[in-house]
Amino acid sequence: MDFTPHTDQDRAEMLQALGLQSVDQLFEVIPETLRTRGWDLPPPLSELEVSDHLRSLAEMNAHKLTCFLGGGFYDHFIPAAVDALLRRAEFYTVYTPYQAEISQGTLQAIYEYQTAVCRLYGLDAANASLYDGGTALFEACLMAIRKTGRKRVLVCTSVNPIYRVMLRSYTANLNIELVEEELVDLNKLSELIDSRTAGVILQNPDFFGRIHDFTAHFALTRQHKALAILNSYPVALGLIKTPGEMGADIAVGEGQSLGLPLSFGGPYLGIMAVRQDLVRSMPGRIVGRTVDILGRTGYCLTLQTREQHIRREKATSNICTNQALCAVAALIHLCLLGKKGLVELARLNMAQAAYARKRLTAIPEVELVDQGPWFNEFRLRLPVDARMVVSRMIDKGFSPGFPLGRYYPDQANHLLVAVTEKRNKEEIGRFAEALEAVL
Amino acid sequence: MKTIFQKSRPNRRAVMFPRPRVPQESFEESLLAPELARSKPAELPEMAEVDVVRHFTNLSRLNFGVDVGTYPLGSCTMKYNPKFTEELARLPGFALLHPLLPQLRRGGLLTQGALQVLFETEQLLCRITGMDGFTMQPLAGAHGELTGLMLMAAYHRDRGNKKAVILTPDSSHGTNPASASLAGYEVVTVPTEKGIMRPEAFKAVLNPSVAGVMMTNPNTLGLFNPYVKEIADLAHSVDALMYYDGANLNAILGRAKPADLGFDIVHLNLHKTFGTPHGGGGPGAGPVGVVEKLEEFMPISRVIQRSDGTLFLDYDRPKSIGYIAPFYGNFGVIIKAYAYILGLGDRGLRKVADDAVLAANYLRVKLADHWQAAVEGLCMHEVVFTASDKAEKYGVHALDIAKALIDEGFHPPTIYFPLVVKEALMFEPTETENKENLDALVAAMERIALAAEKDPESLHATPRTMPVGRLDEVLAARKPDLAEKEEY
Repeated sequence: MDFTPHTDQDRAEMLQALGLQSVDQLFEVIPETLRTRGWDLPPPLSELEVSDHLRSLAEMNAHKLTCFLGGGFYDHFIPAAVDALLRRAEFYTVYTPYQAEISQGTLQAIYEYQTAVCRLYGLDAANASLYDGGTALFEACLMAIRKTGRKRVLVCTSVNPIYRVMLRSYTANLNIELVEEELVDLNKLSELIDSRTAGVILQNPDFFGRIHDFTAHFALTRQHKALAILNSYPVALGLIKTPGEMGADIAVGEGQSLGLPLSFGGPYLGIMAVRQDLVRSMPGRIVGRTVDILGRTGYCLTLQTREQHIRREKATSNICTNQALCAVAALIHLCLLGKKGLVELARLNMAQAAYARKRLTAIPEVELVDQGPWFNEFRLRLPVDARMVVSRMIDKGFSPGFPLGRYYPDQANHLLVAVTEKRNKEEIGRFAEALEAVL
Repeated sequence: MKTIFQKSRPNRRAVMFPRPRVPQESFEESLLAPELARSKPAELPEMAEVDVVRHFTNLSRLNFGVDVGTYPLGSCTMKYNPKFTEELARLPGFALLHPLLPQLRRGGLLTQGALQVLFETEQLLCRITGMDGFTMQPLAGAHGELTGLMLMAAYHRDRGNKKAVILTPDSSHGTNPASASLAGYEVVTVPTEKGIMRPEAFKAVLNPSVAGVMMTNPNTLGLFNPYVKEIADLAHSVDALMYYDGANLNAILGRAKPADLGFDIVHLNLHKTFGTPHGGGGPGAGPVGVVEKLEEFMPISRVIQRSDGTLFLDYDRPKSIGYIAPFYGNFGVIIKAYAYILGLGDRGLRKVADDAVLAANYLRVKLADHWQAAVEGLCMHEVVFTASDKAEKYGVHALDIAKALIDEGFHPPTIYFPLVVKEALMFEPTETENKENLDALVAAMERIALAAEKDPESLHATPRTMPVGRLDEVLAARKPDLAEKEEY
């Protein structure tokens, strides 16, 4: 396989223009001792051979299991129009729109994405995307540190544990103290928060699927002049109180559920939105609307003096390449759902999960861990180790949820079950029957 | 063009959901108390599917992509993106795979195909770079840099080294110092001669507190630094680590391996060297490779092969820097790069470098009649010119040239970068641009050079052929309009 257009004749002509005899001369600047002698790579293959190989690898994966697995990453329906539009080469074969006049398509789409994110999260400004929800949370954490000049960040233990592990890794070399505690209980937060606190990180719905009102938590956070950071699942925001309404300063989210396939962990989409007064300390690309010399409306990258290509080590972040195409996918998905469709989607998820709870808790010795209310995910307490149950359920054709013992050692018998609009009544019924049979 | 929010009309719909079959009581049970619910629905557009499709189709037509024409945006490697890889990344066996599956008991066996993609890509990248181990997790080049610097920190901590400083040449990518700073290091910039960091200048700033050195080779002027091994040896003498910013690896594929040049850590940009699409600014992927002494610090998880050939994810790595991504990287992007590497193979990958370097040098000599090169002599995969003479003589700046080139039907080169060149114009033709296109670009640049001399005012008014002219960026920054207000 080969994507270079040059013929031997072309190469000869180009070399002649250079006054050279061979391409090797172009590489003579590399000292002889440093040049590659052997190169242990396989020979070229045809498109047919590579495709057959990849198809056989894809077939080795268990993607056909009926999915009740969530944990922050969900099996949602994606309308065909999302991918049809993403496959427009004018979207996917371009780069960061540094030259605005020739990139108005991407720029306007990102401006519209920022608008959709602001409306969904109830905040004033959004950036053009970060890598994923976890890195977005880390960037939010850094914003709190920078803005307050303090070093301690309180993180609720019902924030996605994967993100908490990421936060720990990222802050290991920085002068930042992470305090991970159960903070849903307002009394606990008031015990811990003080004048050294830079930020408070909560999640809604939390990792266990519970829906909260954190208005009082964030009022308390504000009293201590710390920043209120909320990680929120965008589909749930069709119904639940927004981060803005609760008084959050920064909202982040994993955008995968907005039109992106699960794709074994990426590419995903880091969503970030902030209050107006934090715009200039936000990381990442930002698109603004302006006018051209003739007064026509146009879009361009703006507030770039925050960024690495100008500020180098003093930049608000090192991010350069982001997840722009994923942001466009999320925007298209939200437009196809529309104002009413997103609400219906959220309601359908909640109702299907409610039905599943009812069916599953009818099984002897299967109980709910929490009181609710929940969005589309909930914890079950099983009579045995959830990991064993998961193995047996896989044999029956289900990915039945996430055994919480992996991240919460005291919850070995707890199973986190997610139910999206893609599951139907019959599948939920078969799931309940299978679970009863394996217990 | 109106925004999609302006096109919205109440009660229009695109997506419909199945008629609910769960009992009505399940809906009633899940009604939210007012204090938990949002006060009103998010003001998303209400549109028919056809109108959404037309909106985005028409937006796409305002963009200029690699599939539209020549895109010599230096440093970004805007080469052709093969179409078959798009299909492969969307195979249901990959696209529908939940990332938590392998974390379930025996779950590794459910994802052997996906793990094999990761494992084999790691192996291939090791062979290409000479590194001993790779992680596919970093989600972009700059994210790879941060990962690499975290690895450095872990290494020094483990050795009991007291290190605080990262050295990087003044010609480096802005992400280098920004990443170093994000990893908690102090950055010291090393002055260069025409972008080349020389051993003498390096020695002058080297001391035992240096944790590492970040270099791009070829550098951002498209020049290969022949002193790299000497610099690496000096760095290693104080137990500093050498970091290779692999943004320009495409220039030396098959000609030199970063490990042989003395580097300990590399990141690669799959969206540059290995032809995965740039997506309007991402997603990319920035896998990181290391020499053996750093392997134990690599991020969790690692793909390990058992003696029976099966693969599993190893999470039990006490010295690891931890999680840098939620899962295993931008997997969809990795599939495309894997397919690209397999397709091109040894000969194809070598040709990538050969033809990219040949094309850049061809542009260099052809443009030299009218444009002043930033440095003399052969270049690698990209070539930097300066418009400073045109700016002085005619008041025509790099920006004017970029905009004039748009009217000529080309995407502009990168301008004002690298920072060490005044009025820089950085061209990277890549290996996939044919000779006729290169000649046409040269001819267009010639017309612009003549216009600069004869009628400089005409260039200030470019571009004229686009839906908008030059935008008021000052207004955009002073009064940021970053989202459409709900009342319009």
